[in-house]
Amino acid sequence: MLRTRLWRRSSDVEQFFFHTTTGHVILLVLEALAILVPLLIAVAYLTLMERKVMAAMQMRRGPNVNGLFGVLQAFADAIKMMTKETIIPSGANRFLFLLAPFLTFSLAMLAWAVIPTGDGLAVANINVGILYLLAISSLGVYGILIAGWASNSKYAFLGGLRSAAQMVSYEVSIGLVIVSVLLAVGSLNLNDIILAQRHVWFCVPMFPMFIIFFISALAETNRAPFDLPEGESELVAGFFVEYSSLSFGLFFLGEYANMILMSGMVSILFLGGWLPPLGIAPLTWIPGPIWLIAKILFCLFVFIWVRATFPRYRYDQLMRLGWKVFLPFSLLWMIATAGFLLATGNLPQGVS
Amino acid sequence: MMIQLVFYVFAAVLIASSAMVIFAKNPVHSVLFLILGFFNAAGLFLLAGAEFLAMILVIVYVGAVAVLFLFVVMMLDIDFARMREGLQRYAPLGAAVGGVLFAELAMAAAHWASSPVMPEPITGGLGQPGGPMTNTAALGTLLYTHYILLFQACGLVLLVAMIGAITLTLREKPTGRRQVIGKQHERMRADTLEMLTLPLGFGIDANGGFLRPAKGYYDTAVPGSYGVPAAPEPPREEVRKVDGDAP
Repeated sequence: MLRTRLWRRSSDVEQFFFHTTTGHVILLVLEALAILVPLLIAVAYLTLMERKVMAAMQMRRGPNVNGLFGVLQAFADAIKMMTKETIIPSGANRFLFLLAPFLTFSLAMLAWAVIPTGDGLAVANINVGILYLLAISSLGVYGILIAGWASNSKYAFLGGLRSAAQMVSYEVSIGLVIVSVLLAVGSLNLNDIILAQRHVWFCVPMFPMFIIFFISALAETNRAPFDLPEGESELVAGFFVEYSSLSFGLFFLGEYANMILMSGMVSILFLGGWLPPLGIAPLTWIPGPIWLIAKILFCLFVFIWVRATFPRYRYDQLMRLGWKVFLPFSLLWMIATAGFLLATGNLPQGVS
Repeated sequence: MMIQLVFYVFAAVLIASSAMVIFAKNPVHSVLFLILGFFNAAGLFLLAGAEFLAMILVIVYVGAVAVLFLFVVMMLDIDFARMREGLQRYAPLGAAVGGVLFAELAMAAAHWASSPVMPEPITGGLGQPGGPMTNTAALGTLLYTHYILLFQACGLVLLVAMIGAITLTLREKPTGRRQVIGKQHERMRADTLEMLTLPLGFGIDANGGFLRPAKGYYDTAVPGSYGVPAAPEPPREEVRKVDGDAP
């Protein structure tokens, strides 16, 4: 009796969520929240993780005052940032000045709509998922460029210009690396890309591309050793030099959300996304999202490790690396991949 | 119903932002309105089911082309008073160009009609005969079979344009301090740094002064760049000593 009633109720719920417009909208909002809330918490704790990991690497303690092991430090920083005064410089373009941080932050959130956290488990499991990711990540440059221009400050402007040139340059090699992965998959759907790595993760056969993609991801997120847009030794703080309080906070959070996003892209393209390392029993018991999170955490650790290890590149070295090393090499690798797959008859045909 | 509403929103914003591209006083605002226009056009593509084109529009035009526009326009030093100066003089010319364009558009619109029969949707990939196709696969199939020659010709035109742009803008300026990266990477620690253990109370001077780096800027610089003669100079002596108060 009870079971039938429960069953009927669950079918009512299904009817409401999947077949009425209101239910559909509510379901979408819930799905978005299920991604965004953990993401924001992850961003807050990534700042703490960065400080702790770098402290350990430099034999310091890092933040350890607020809460046990400093776990409340993220909230202390957030409260400090929100209670400060927002200063808009005179001569700045008011609307664009405030638009830029919102743009950076919301773009970093927007991209997560297509990231699958389990088998087909994404807010939007679209056919052109990887193109969507590429599109969103190529828009990230606008937040920085607009911030640099709207601040009406020389340092900010120079930072913005540097960043624009850098991000456009490294997008080219990112695009070519993605193409060589897509050649092996035969689909633009992110879930298909992960499923194609059932037998072997792409980081094994395409190891050089994995490295190139990771380095390009560092440049794309303006992280050390490519953090020239905010090079404090010559540009004070680069494009966000005029920002304060919450508007600075949004840039800050956006940068970290972008780091998580890029780590997610590395995990999906090369580390098998939500797949366990081996398809055998004890590993397959752990649910997919946990695997994805573990891989993202690994990539983030490498991001921080790189920052703690390498000195900053010179700008001409950065441009040379992007255009004269990565671009020809990834192009060559793409052609070689296509040739190899065609010669061995493994070119995926008509998957979608 | 919902789709129509979304269509009208996208279309209205597209037309409004296109108009603002022309009417905005600040060129940076014009470019930003152009980007808004691209976005709405991508939205229209999405509504039409052309998801691949929508994404490519955003990646290529918004992500690359418009960035370069913005890059250039931001660096312009605009004097708004001077921009207004020639308005009277150039107005007739501008109106004439606009008139010709409008007439052409009107003629095209008058004689254009959509085909009475809907074209058959492309089905059947290379490996899957008869099945439905995503529009990425459909575009690829068309481009690389029926239109392969035109497609290759487009590539050639772009290649020529690219080479032209590079030859027009590449200048070997002697003012920069450019260095040969390979030579720079060959520098070893011993070339630039010397560790000395000095007894207490003694300075470096007592040991004969500093050792200059054996390979400095002049050794790694591109011949012809700032301060370096165009012809390769004779090799310098390995270690140069700066005069200290040596005994």
